[in-house]
Amino acid sequence: MSTFTTTETALTRDEMAALVAADIPEGAFVNLGIGQPTNVSNFLTAQQGVTLHTENGMLGMGPVATGDEVDEDLINAGKIPVTELPGASYFHHADSFAMMRGGHLDVCVLGAFQVSGSGDLANWHTGAPGAIPAVGGAMDLAIGAKATWVMMGLFTKTGESKLVEALSYPVTGLGCVSRIYTESAIFELQDSIVTVRSTHGISFEELAERLPVALVRAA
Amino acid sequence: MAPRIATTAAEAVANIHDSATILIGGFGNAGQPMELIDALMDCGATDLTVINNNAGQADAGLALLIKERRVKKIICSFPRQSDSWHFDEAYRAGEIELELVPQGNLAERIRAAGAGIGGFFTPTGYGTLLAEGKETRVIDGKGYVLESPISADFALIKALRADTHGNLVYRKTARNFGPIMAAAAKSAIVQIDEIVETGQLDPEVVVTPGIYVNTLVALGGKN
Repeated sequence: MSTFTTTETALTRDEMAALVAADIPEGAFVNLGIGQPTNVSNFLTAQQGVTLHTENGMLGMGPVATGDEVDEDLINAGKIPVTELPGASYFHHADSFAMMRGGHLDVCVLGAFQVSGSGDLANWHTGAPGAIPAVGGAMDLAIGAKATWVMMGLFTKTGESKLVEALSYPVTGLGCVSRIYTESAIFELQDSIVTVRSTHGISFEELAERLPVALVRAA
Repeated sequence: MAPRIATTAAEAVANIHDSATILIGGFGNAGQPMELIDALMDCGATDLTVINNNAGQADAGLALLIKERRVKKIICSFPRQSDSWHFDEAYRAGEIELELVPQGNLAERIRAAGAGIGGFFTPTGYGTLLAEGKETRVIDGKGYVLESPISADFALIKALRADTHGNLVYRKTARNFGPIMAAAAKSAIVQIDEIVETGQLDPEVVVTPGIYVNTLVALGGKN
């Protein structure tokens, strides 16, 4: 566990992405979810030697394609045209998800509506009446990688904590999240204990006041 | 038996009948057998059950089949998109049945059908709405859900190139569901850019062996 740190101001989205990128181990195989997590790739360094997986069937995904690079047969899970890096490989869908479900990927970074203190994740469905449900790879991604990290805003627009005691949105995966990056704090989750690694623009005490789960400050 | 070689997409899909179950390949536009879907539209078969990752996009292909109410049931992982208006309308009107399946379970269920597996326990979806009513089991302390295979009467898929034995190679992420769908269907209908003579595909790079392929139609292409 890292030492507790604090900064005066909340993290920007780029600062969050840079922190996630810096935490990814050298040589890791990583899946970055759609939305904020995609931005993490912009902060990975060549020295880290990270290989990106996209669940529609590729390892060694490169940056978004531009101009003449655009090829409709080469897209990511968000259906955006991308490029291939030297050492890339292609495989069919069942192999791609077997790779994930089988625990071969080191890290998966996802967005979330809510995470519980015990690491339950909600990110696929609001459960609102009339909403047409769509799940895609969310449930496979949540439980497949060796480590599942979440990037999200800590509070809803109306100020409620998205780190909760028990999910009110439909479950994506149970007990799967081990780390949460937010603009206000970074949390480590283990055995239903929520440890605050850092706070940003808020004190630990104020955070503990505002969140409905018990918090432990990192040493 | 060597695959039948059709000269047009219409001829390739001519045997598809009402109430057929059809696996349709593609993820986004990559690997989507657009000409075969258009031919299916023209052939008039209705009351179809379709398995695809999505539920049609914009005003083309699968979306038009749904618009015309030719699809009674769709099994997919991600129906709702910014341009899935025809599905959205049919669904809200109660005129299409939806079976929503996590993407990896969808792929594995199709793979299982082609591999003769009667069912499998997967951790994906355990404890969620999508596992309701399904048999579950805790194995070595971890929860799993029993999932069943998805087989079909037909598969419509797109590959890059075939030889006259039906051996297939694909291109980049357009491979996606092609290999598993070819194996899971009683009759796999494949559109390719070109058919080459037997012996011209390196056996080491064949992705789908011709044993799974029933009909080929070469439609040209820019690659």
